[in-house]
Amino acid sequence: MKILKRILFYLFLTMGALIFIYPFYWMVAASLAPENEIANLTLFPSTFTLSSYTQMFEKIPIGRSLVNSIIVASSVTIGVLVFGSMIGYALSRLKFKGRNTIFYVIIFTMTLPFQITLIPQYIIMVKFGWVDTYLALIVPYFINALGIIMFRQYFKSIPQSLIDAARLDGCGDLKIIFKILWPNSVPALVTIGIITFMASWNEVLWPLIVIRDESLMTMPQLITLFAVGGRAESQLGVKLASAVVLALPIVIAYIFFQKYFIQSMASSGIKE
Amino acid sequence: MKLNNKITPYLLVSPYIFHFLLFVAFPVIFSIVLTFHKWNIISPMEYTGLSNYVRLFKDEVFLQSLINTLIFLVIHIPLQIIVALFLAEILNQKLKFRGFFRAAFFLPVIVSGVVVTILWQQLYGYDTGFFNRLLVTIGLGKVGWLTDPNIAMPSIALMATWKNVGLYIVLFLVGLQTVPDQYYEAADIEGASKWQKFFKITLPMINPTIFMVVILSTIGGFSLFIEPYVMTGGGPLNSTISAVLYIYKQGFFYYHMGYSATLGLFFALIILLVVVIQKRFVERDV
Repeated sequence: MKILKRILFYLFLTMGALIFIYPFYWMVAASLAPENEIANLTLFPSTFTLSSYTQMFEKIPIGRSLVNSIIVASSVTIGVLVFGSMIGYALSRLKFKGRNTIFYVIIFTMTLPFQITLIPQYIIMVKFGWVDTYLALIVPYFINALGIIMFRQYFKSIPQSLIDAARLDGCGDLKIIFKILWPNSVPALVTIGIITFMASWNEVLWPLIVIRDESLMTMPQLITLFAVGGRAESQLGVKLASAVVLALPIVIAYIFFQKYFIQSMASSGIKE
Repeated sequence: MKLNNKITPYLLVSPYIFHFLLFVAFPVIFSIVLTFHKWNIISPMEYTGLSNYVRLFKDEVFLQSLINTLIFLVIHIPLQIIVALFLAEILNQKLKFRGFFRAAFFLPVIVSGVVVTILWQQLYGYDTGFFNRLLVTIGLGKVGWLTDPNIAMPSIALMATWKNVGLYIVLFLVGLQTVPDQYYEAADIEGASKWQKFFKITLPMINPTIFMVVILSTIGGFSLFIEPYVMTGGGPLNSTISAVLYIYKQGFFYYHMGYSATLGLFFALIILLVVVIQKRFVERDV
């Protein structure tokens, strides 16, 4: 009886897991199926064909958008790690006038809804001539309040003796941050790095606003416009192929670094 | 070196100050100025007094977008909490392959919303979609998941739950692990049932997590954009238009910068109000 109950329990749980995995499997299968079979919800297409993918490559500059996404998400991540640790260090380890004020301002800006600054930020981009440049996608994201707070928190836990010893050796503050604190803050760097990269990679609204030139579009933006506009036509396969290509890099990374992804995203409580 | 020590902190935080002034403080002030103007970016700004506000209070589409957000939240939040808590409870016991199940539930969280939306658009398809085929197979009629104005927003809420629930499972798991085992042991001695233990021990103990989930999903619901944009374009009959989608359309389809900024400001105030009220609840209850 007990064993039977256990089996039923695992069966139930597996069904639950399938609800989350199966749609992705179908998406991949359908993108590889001939167009006329997709509507039948085939799980095992009669023949595999890459025609959806070749058509997608002809219709949209997907390769270019992948490069754009990598450039943008990496630059943003590097910026957030460098600036975040500089500011987090100053706020946690240095004494100066206005330190608390800045800290409270950061906390306050975290609660400020982005809807309020959307239009003016776009206007700033227009005035700077940054529309249709990488700068518009990267520079506004260099500073991330959550990243600063997390660095500040983490740096507080590092023993002062480590910093004092470095100072005696004549290290400046920048050297202390990047040569002493960074090697001792790998978990914080990984967490903040993953959250930032994911958020940047998946961002759609801001790119839609500041990028009009197709060759500069990020991948989610290009695919959004492809799916919304008429260019995918009624060709389901092409649409699904583009979704697969968009999901693939993150899913591969997720398979290898699953634990870090889950921990990082849970620790920030942030979501897309 | 001595002088250096006085300046360095300010040098280190200067990127933040620049960023704050340029991308936060100035935009907030400028958006308030914009609400009193009519502007399409190209021609000069035109002062129009309170007309944007007058228009906002008469704007039925904006009202509809607020109602849609409310519908979304009323379905999404309870559903999310029930499903996430249920699955977290299951994952919190001794289990083989726990890591695998957790990773499976979490998969949609990491994937872009665009992917999930394109995927669910097919699942929701009227003639060939998975759900309607299932309904027909078991002898029921087809449902206009995305074409019926009464159902389209609940459909989007259901999809959003599927996408995000993995994150909340993990948050609840963390919460559940903070409940001391002795409490359950004591309850066992008293002869408490499974349900009694859940309602009398687990639920009160993870109250902070529940409120965190409520606040996070509320903020998420208020930011709803890509799902209706890709899936329905806000239709049918504006039944899925979200506030952010409407702000976007006003600003970047019609170039009504002044009005769009007014909508953004007003909507942001609503968000702040709701979140502050929710936080009050947390502080009172915890």
